[in-house]
Amino acid sequence: MAIRESDLAAKQEQAKQMRPIGWDGKTLKEMRREIDELSKETGYYAGLKELPFKESEPIRFEKIFAKLRGGVVHARETAKRVAASPIVEQEGELCFTLYTPEGDSVVTSTGIIIHVGTMGSAIKFMIENDYEENPGIEPGDIFCNNDCQVGNVHPCDVHTIVPIFWKGELVGWVGGVTHVIDTGATAPGSMCVGPVNRYDDGYQVACRKIGQNDELLRDWLIESQRSIRTTKYWLLDERTRVAGCHMIRDLVLNIIDEEGIDRYKQFIREIIEEGRRGLINRLKAMTVPGKYRQVGFVDVPYRHSDVDVPPYAKVDTIMHAPSEVTIHPDGRWELSFDGASRWGWHSYNAQPIAFTSGIWVMMTQTLIPNDRVNDGAVYATNFVLPEGGWMNPDDIRTAHSYAWHFLVSAWSPLWRGLSRAYFSRGYLEEVNAGNANTSNWLQGGGFNQYNTIHAVNSFEAAAEGTGASAVRDGLDHAAAIWNPEGDMGDMEIWELAEPLLYLGRSIKPNTGGYGKYRGGCGYETLRMVWNAKDWTMFFMGNGYMSSDCGLMGGYPAAAGYRFEAHGTDLKERFEKRLPFPQGGDPNPDEPQYEKLLEAKVIKRDKQAITTEAIFDNYDLYLNYLRGGPGFGDPLERKPEHIEVDLNGGYILPEYAEKVYGAVFTRDEKGQYHVDPVKTAERRKQIRQERLKRGKPTREWMKEERERILRKEAAVQVRHMYASSFSLSEKFLQEFRSFWNLPESWIVREDELEVPTFGAKLKLRESL
Amino acid sequence: MAQEYDRRTIEELIDGTVSFPKLKEMLSSFKDPGRFDTYVSILQERVPWDDKILLPYGEHLYVVLKKDGSRVIKCDCGHEFGDYCQNWKLNALVYVRDDEQKMTELYPKLLAPDPQWQVIREYYCPNCATQLEVEAVTPWYPVIHDYEPDIDAFYEQWLGRPVPQP
Repeated sequence: MAIRESDLAAKQEQAKQMRPIGWDGKTLKEMRREIDELSKETGYYAGLKELPFKESEPIRFEKIFAKLRGGVVHARETAKRVAASPIVEQEGELCFTLYTPEGDSVVTSTGIIIHVGTMGSAIKFMIENDYEENPGIEPGDIFCNNDCQVGNVHPCDVHTIVPIFWKGELVGWVGGVTHVIDTGATAPGSMCVGPVNRYDDGYQVACRKIGQNDELLRDWLIESQRSIRTTKYWLLDERTRVAGCHMIRDLVLNIIDEEGIDRYKQFIREIIEEGRRGLINRLKAMTVPGKYRQVGFVDVPYRHSDVDVPPYAKVDTIMHAPSEVTIHPDGRWELSFDGASRWGWHSYNAQPIAFTSGIWVMMTQTLIPNDRVNDGAVYATNFVLPEGGWMNPDDIRTAHSYAWHFLVSAWSPLWRGLSRAYFSRGYLEEVNAGNANTSNWLQGGGFNQYNTIHAVNSFEAAAEGTGASAVRDGLDHAAAIWNPEGDMGDMEIWELAEPLLYLGRSIKPNTGGYGKYRGGCGYETLRMVWNAKDWTMFFMGNGYMSSDCGLMGGYPAAAGYRFEAHGTDLKERFEKRLPFPQGGDPNPDEPQYEKLLEAKVIKRDKQAITTEAIFDNYDLYLNYLRGGPGFGDPLERKPEHIEVDLNGGYILPEYAEKVYGAVFTRDEKGQYHVDPVKTAERRKQIRQERLKRGKPTREWMKEERERILRKEAAVQVRHMYASSFSLSEKFLQEFRSFWNLPESWIVREDELEVPTFGAKLKLRESL
Repeated sequence: MAQEYDRRTIEELIDGTVSFPKLKEMLSSFKDPGRFDTYVSILQERVPWDDKILLPYGEHLYVVLKKDGSRVIKCDCGHEFGDYCQNWKLNALVYVRDDEQKMTELYPKLLAPDPQWQVIREYYCPNCATQLEVEAVTPWYPVIHDYEPDIDAFYEQWLGRPVPQP
């Protein structure tokens, strides 16, 4: 039913009298356009060729920055205590960011800072879609977003966004994000493997007004509680975000009181331009101009019987992320991912802003290791993301619930490229061979030990092995790039939150890439289901491929596998006090768990991706976290370092011999002793073996070319190339040129006898 | 404030013997702009040949200036891989691990990549047999030309001095 005419007229009259909420009588849309045009025309953010405030009053400028930065970090730390979910409270999966009225980030807290970009994207979406007119943006409003097509990473990253007004003008926005534990997707847990399209991904809220006058609306509370599984966590996480946003809003208003509105407006422009200049200065100080090329992959093994998806998604394929970094002499840079494979019917797709924002998380750990993370860096960077690619889908149906599966692996090669530059400049301490494929994520849900419906998303993956540097080994079972603040958490906390007892937590040998300096090793935990009902879990790792290459002679980190056991006799074993599996699975080719239990079904294979499987009490699940890639020739590893590896359980003796050429003995106490002289002799032999087995590369290329002409490769490999060729003529031409192939040579999806559902027709986003 | 480190500290860094507190300090401090020159002079002193190092290119590899003015990629054993703008790997030896037996020399089978999905290519110096680079890629993947430095722009525009001449 339409609004009555008299009511409409009254509303229109009221609207005429209302000023736009932007500065100087402008609408937000006008402000956004002005910033874009000025920045593009001049090359400086907002056209700021000079920084008059910073240059004339540098201490005052820094004081404002310090107050804001301290305030957003303080808000995060305080708000964290409001949360109930261990993901937020233990792992710190939250962050707060302050934005300009146009949605450019000014200052961000510590934490999961990928959302510097994603919440800005949500604000820009509201501006672009005229939220100023409808539903209106007013003091005291609260907005929510977790829609991936708007720019979120995955639906479980829920944004709360609050406008900040000063005397009727919008002076900014504050956004808070937490990683919630369940979003009502087809499977429990926050990052499901089962979804193949948007409609499986769970509850998605597209920049909706959910509160007025600083209060959440009742219809919102009711609807959101009915749409997800873990209601109390959802509710408390939302309180966490609202609390932090309001603290930061108060802080900003206090600063405006002290400094004056004009100075504040000038500050938020200049700090972004300073961020842009900061990135350029860092590039010039730490790198070398030129081109850097690298690649990352991840397996999508969906033809397996343990992956329950629709027939059109039953495809084995490979996600492909080639990257070319061009650092120009003027210090600007371009990151091109031309050649990437197409989006797919799986939940590993990503939006451009998620992909590009995550890169800043990584860069804060080497290139911009300071607290000046804002949208200035974006204005100094040109990204090339192929339309239709897995990081730039051209169809609104795509699923994103486990976007991280390939995001972190696709970014990892960028470390390798930048590390070549750091190495050339002599900044060896900054070299990093890459990061682990940060998996497995133990996930699932059902009724827990408290008889309440529950979903789990173990964040043990916040600790993995890191890549080796050029001066020392990578860190073992220590960190993951996507969350600089995270750690694995206490076992006791996870046992309180999850009906899964720990039977062991151990270092995982051989998982860090070998090298002169090896990648950090991952670790593993053996969990036993206990006191759960109607419980399911699934696996979410890489199994058939390693995602990285190693650097300058180092090897890639190990790939993965899964171990699960169902229908075990553990209950009887405990009652009779018989031995049972504990600790790790150090050599998965020589199973030890199986010697200590009987089970109806044991799955020990490389199918490290599965959808939901039923787990009964006393069933087992091995959560193996990966390692990082290595640096330098393994034959140059110091014997004393190999000795430490052997005695610490970081490498199996057989591989210390084969890969490092180590010659060692073991004493009566079980301690290994590496003989440096005999090791040097053995290494000489290995070098001779290398010369014997190595072929001139050009000779080998002739053989490989013949295999390509015969199209001799597994279907998943051909599918990956077909998908990349279909999106990039440049990639295809370079491929043909490198292998000297005829102009007619190509691989197309429709010749592979796999479903091509969704390859041609698109469902575009529209309003 | 810009830091500077003495020659011995940079030598320790190159050798991997620098103490952790010093390393932590180097990571946390502003970068020392003089590092490049100290670093190159140490490397130059250590190589057995006298071609001038223009740019360290990778572990054991350098872009050097030859007496005829050409710039080539050179291993510290003295082997030359050709023009610095070309992909040196095409002039190396390659060993491709493309079956289970070759993969399991490196990792337990369940930790190794499956050769139906991925192969491991090792590139060796044909003279000293040092493993200079490893690629873990799908079959058919072109040999990656990892690094093309713009040496002229680096010297002239970033270091503010002419590129060394023979």
